[in-house]
Amino acid sequence: MTVKPLITLQNVTKTFGQVTVIQDVTVSVYPGQVQVLLGENGAGKSTLIKMVAGVYQPDGGQILVDGAVTSLPSTRAAEEHGIATIHQELNLVATMSVAENVMLGRMPTKLGMVDRKELRRQARAALALIGLEIDVDTPVGQLGIARQQLVEIAKALSINARVLILDEPTAALTRHETQALFAVMADLRQRGVGMLFISHHLDEIAEVGDTVTVIRDGHFIAEVPASTPEDELVKLMVGRSIEDQFPRRADETPALTEVLTVTNLTSAGHFDDISFTVRAGEVLGIAGLVGAGRTELIRAIAGADKYDTGSVTVRGAQLPKGDIQAAIRAGIGHVPEDRKGQGLVLDASVNDNLGYATLASSAKLGLADFTGQRRRAEAVAEKLRIRMHTIDQPIRSLSGGNQQKAVFGRWIIAASTVLLLDEPTRGVDVGAKVEIYELMNSITAAGGAIVMVSSELPEILGMSDRILVMRDGRLAGELSAADATQDTVMTLAARDVAAQR
Amino acid sequence: MSTTTLAPTRRSFDYKTFLANNGALVGLVVLCIALVIATPDFLTGQNLLNIGIQVSTVAVLAFGMTFVIVAGGIDLSVGAVAALSAMASGWFFVSAGLPGWMALAGGLVVGLLAGVINGAANAYGKLPSFIATLAMLSVARGLTLVISDGRPIKTAPEVSFLGGNIGPVPMPIVILVLAALVASFILNRTVLGRSMYAVGGNAEAARLSGLPVKRIIVTVFALAGLFAALAGLLLAGRLDSAQPQAAAGYELDAIAAVVIGGASLSGGLGKISGTFIGALVLVVIRNGLNLLNVSSFWQQVVIGLVIALAVGADVLRRKTRNS
Ligand SMILES: Nc1ncnc2c1ncn2[C@@H]1O[C@H](COP(=O)(O)OP(=O)(O)OP(=O)(O)O)[C@@H](O)[C@H]1O
Ligand SMILES: [Mg+2]
Repeated sequence: MTVKPLITLQNVTKTFGQVTVIQDVTVSVYPGQVQVLLGENGAGKSTLIKMVAGVYQPDGGQILVDGAVTSLPSTRAAEEHGIATIHQELNLVATMSVAENVMLGRMPTKLGMVDRKELRRQARAALALIGLEIDVDTPVGQLGIARQQLVEIAKALSINARVLILDEPTAALTRHETQALFAVMADLRQRGVGMLFISHHLDEIAEVGDTVTVIRDGHFIAEVPASTPEDELVKLMVGRSIEDQFPRRADETPALTEVLTVTNLTSAGHFDDISFTVRAGEVLGIAGLVGAGRTELIRAIAGADKYDTGSVTVRGAQLPKGDIQAAIRAGIGHVPEDRKGQGLVLDASVNDNLGYATLASSAKLGLADFTGQRRRAEAVAEKLRIRMHTIDQPIRSLSGGNQQKAVFGRWIIAASTVLLLDEPTRGVDVGAKVEIYELMNSITAAGGAIVMVSSELPEILGMSDRILVMRDGRLAGELSAADATQDTVMTLAARDVAAQR
Repeated sequence: MSTTTLAPTRRSFDYKTFLANNGALVGLVVLCIALVIATPDFLTGQNLLNIGIQVSTVAVLAFGMTFVIVAGGIDLSVGAVAALSAMASGWFFVSAGLPGWMALAGGLVVGLLAGVINGAANAYGKLPSFIATLAMLSVARGLTLVISDGRPIKTAPEVSFLGGNIGPVPMPIVILVLAALVASFILNRTVLGRSMYAVGGNAEAARLSGLPVKRIIVTVFALAGLFAALAGLLLAGRLDSAQPQAAAGYELDAIAAVVIGGASLSGGLGKISGTFIGALVLVVIRNGLNLLNVSSFWQQVVIGLVIALAVGADVLRRKTRNS
């Protein structure tokens, strides 16, 4: 190739303590090209990009910027070389406004004071690029995970980088926002910006990528064009082929016992008059756009938030409002949308994190059941293929997808029979997704019920027996698995959008 | 097989990580060696017992503080609560005429109650723990002065016994060891202790996992109050009287001990063994500076620098862990 790469990681190696996470990997980013990194959860993708972002220093090999050996000792140094990064885990200040977050560290000033007007203007401009229209004075902590992700993206875009790194930016987004992001990426490509892109949604690779570097266990496996068929990519990535991405096995004759009944549930400003039932053995998918009220609904059912009117009944017994412990006793397990903010205690071990829901119930005389807990945690970690070097390592040091599996695993240990899943496979690789789907199958096969909110339409379509579509806090319709297609779901989810604008 | 083990690589001894994780202990050892060389008075039986007695009050207070800090809060009232508990105990004995053992138990109950109020104000009243306990500091110190009218009160013999000796061993050291065992048992083995780490690490995740976060917070502050009361009684027992200005400013020593011991002020991290070492570091520095005739003014400066160093080590530790 005659074009010179903007950045090259040359034969880099990275170790943490005794563990080698990246071994002798070479990747380059060219101007106007999107270099995709592909690999299973824990393969080392995020570790690799953190070396470009100035978060980690390689223990071996070197980094070339414009062909010259360069050290990037800090994120600041990386930014000075024109490298902007959207990290997999959000790095926003919850109490600061959207505008302040977008412009963090680069606040426009006038006479030594923050120029609020200019701040808002620049932030709005950055947000407009990706089509996020919100009040820029809202504290970021009040936004859902998808909008927070968009704020993070806007923040990186507003830097005017030569190299943009995107670590699973689409994991929390629906198709709609993803399209907006891809449009921006296409534009950046025109302007010669080089990009490094990570995603577990294989269909996105051909759509935005140019070349794909596959890594497995921290080793370079192959570099292939982005047009490579998906099943070949999967084979390179996991070392085997995956027969069926959505192995849903619904019961032939669905049981009639109602497990979860939600009646006229209303919470002002969030959702309105929602009623549905889920029967034993059923997976109910809930689709909708970001902001449709899906997460709020799930949280209310789980007891995490109070609601105004209506009722939630599990196996005939009505649950008290806003009482998480009662919900858990009734068999509910809730996987929240934001694993870092709501799911995990990052400094605690994998073992502890897997055990919180059963800490009290497995105890004797107030004493924690350590041996039992470890046995259960090890079993479920094995079942979910959580990749780690010991179950006692802080969960912070696990890769994103593996952290997500741990949040799910907590409720497997608790033997929950009514699972409320909010984006259960966010950031999980194709292979591990299938493991999670199989677990869902075994829970429904044993008479359990599952409600799944997901922004990934293929997942909703592939795994649900019935699909509810929410729009603006209301039920917009219900579809059977047989009738549902991307189009029918999207029409229901977005029907009014055109009319409103 | 699927919980994949990544290939271990041989590396030389990682002194950076070791130092970051055991900085306080290394510091303590270095400090002791330096003092042994610097002054012959350090390594004498009498001085070591002195250190033991002094450390007992600080450490017992700091154990209670460890619970609070691990659970993500801070308790500024422990010194004042210690004084109030001791004073109340003296009052129960002298003015109310209660039997000595009841006066002792009464002192502990007062500490416990003060803690429950702190916890409730934080968990249910939604006051930040910093504010709630700052108010308690003032209230408890004020009540101590009201009860005593500014004068010391004689303690019950049962309380004085806590300050005495059994054989050659000072009672405070025995109590210190027992308190350390109980505290580390609570933190490591009980549901309550494990929950403290979860609440301090991420209260929302703890809540969504079904942990009774508010009750846990109340219990944590109650324990801190109880340990403070015990420290107050130890102090009073040594002097055979409860002093109105006893333990003033001790909350800072307690917090310093916990932080030097490796806890993080943002919650979720901390150990009783670390806190114990932290308390020893503080007391040994003071003792050494006394032996070397350094003025108490300069001592404050030195202690401040040590705390800054310890927090610096905390930052380093976080960095090596996150990267
Ligand atoms: N600070 C750390 N200490 C120890 N191990 C670490 C640390 N950071 C990462 N690892 C390990 O390095 C491996 C690679 O992690 P990385 O986050 O790069 O994976 P990834 O490819 O981005 O995965 P995902 O798709 O799940 O995001 C994992 O096994 C992880 O546990
Ligand atoms: Mg990653």
